Amino acid sequence: MSEPLPLTPEPLLQAVNLQCERDKRILFRELSFSILPGTVTRVEGPNGSGKTTLLRMLAGLNDAWTGELKWCGSPVASQREAFARNMLYIGHRPGIKPLLTPVENLRALMAGRRPVPDSIFRQALQGTGLAGFEDVPCRNLSAGQQRRVALSRLLIADEPLWLLDEVFTAIDADGVQALETLLQQRAAEGGAVLITTHHDLALPGMQRLTLGAKGLSDER
Amino acid sequence: MNAEAYPTAGLASSSVSALAAMKGVFARDMKVAFRQKQDLLNPLLFFIMVVTLFPLGVSPEVSFLSEAGAGILWVAALLSVLLSLDHLFRHDFDDGTLEQLVLQPQPLFLLILAKTLAHWMLTGLPLVLLTPILGVMVHLDGNSIAVLCLTLLIGTPILSLIGAIGAALTLGLRSAGVLLSLLIIPLYIPVLIFGTGTVAAATEGAPVGAYLALMGAFLMLALTLAPFAAAAALRISLSNG
Repeated sequence: MSEPLPLTPEPLLQAVNLQCERDKRILFRELSFSILPGTVTRVEGPNGSGKTTLLRMLAGLNDAWTGELKWCGSPVASQREAFARNMLYIGHRPGIKPLLTPVENLRALMAGRRPVPDSIFRQALQGTGLAGFEDVPCRNLSAGQQRRVALSRLLIADEPLWLLDEVFTAIDADGVQALETLLQQRAAEGGAVLITTHHDLALPGMQRLTLGAKGLSDER
Repeated sequence: MNAEAYPTAGLASSSVSALAAMKGVFARDMKVAFRQKQDLLNPLLFFIMVVTLFPLGVSPEVSFLSEAGAGILWVAALLSVLLSLDHLFRHDFDDGTLEQLVLQPQPLFLLILAKTLAHWMLTGLPLVLLTPILGVMVHLDGNSIAVLCLTLLIGTPILSLIGAIGAALTLGLRSAGVLLSLLIIPLYIPVLIFGTGTVAAATEGAPVGAYLALMGAFLMLALTLAPFAAAAALRISLSNG
């Protein structure tokens, strides 16, 4: 169903001259960058600099912007469904129904994407340290555990582009470490990750996209 | 979190069929509703209360009730659907599942159609099922009750579909309740007029085929247009959220 990513580093996502205005205030203008396969990019900036807005824009949740956004070389607007199928967004709000169990939540989240058997969901939940909580309603779980339910989607994801907004919130030190390893593994496989966080995230080869400045700066 | 045995990144070209995605949305909404039964019972209790309070508050005379009964039931059904509309997207919006719904690689209007169908099964359909009992209570005759049920069966899905547009539009607002009513009530009025008109015609013994056909046309119009409008409204609301 999914084909391997091209070996030539063609950018997965390309942004040209993005400009976004919110409440009559320009958050960023002339923002251009490319996201190559196999990279982790951290979006940086102080509170209110538009990190979340940028990620929501890229995901297609915010339409109040101008500029050009390309997925594999052609405009995103002309291939919305193909783009949505290859992109995974986890936002501030984890997207977990408190009344449903973790397995039911994952089932609902994956229903429109591809068929996944329940055994895979259980495996992923065990992988995020939720063994024994698979069938407990999520409202009985702690905030960190609920976020772990959302994060277990990363383990079963085949989407090459991940947009992760403040995913470290409420996650304990071990979880943060595991997630960092996962992101690195993902990049090594050829996936691309855009992440915002206030944690001290320092992965080797991580790119930084600083809002307010133009373009990408490379840590390497 | 070790990623062995899990899928690796790769460009995917296909996803599950739209019908499977709709089933997923429908099944989830039903499950959530049955785990939160008070939300489910609220519109039903409201419906029953309004209809039982009318004879006590206005007049228990058979002549008054058999004349006004159909109207009372229709108005009560309309208001109880209106009462339940705010929940249609609100909880999903608050916990972020609505974002994930919009991001599914599926046509959004179909997913909204599935959600609206679940909403109707949980509010409109129980009202229709209760109508025969409440109809007897307000002294409607058998033929009128049958026609009333039929009009509600056609009419309540229209209410849910139109309501979905209003609920989607007012999603990001703080005082959504008032605005939702103001937006939606004018659109409900034609449905109400034709619904009660059909029952009035049936009570007088006139043929009701034409009325029902018109209501069916309303339903088809709502079924084909409302999901598109609601999908567009939802995108706008999320854009500001």
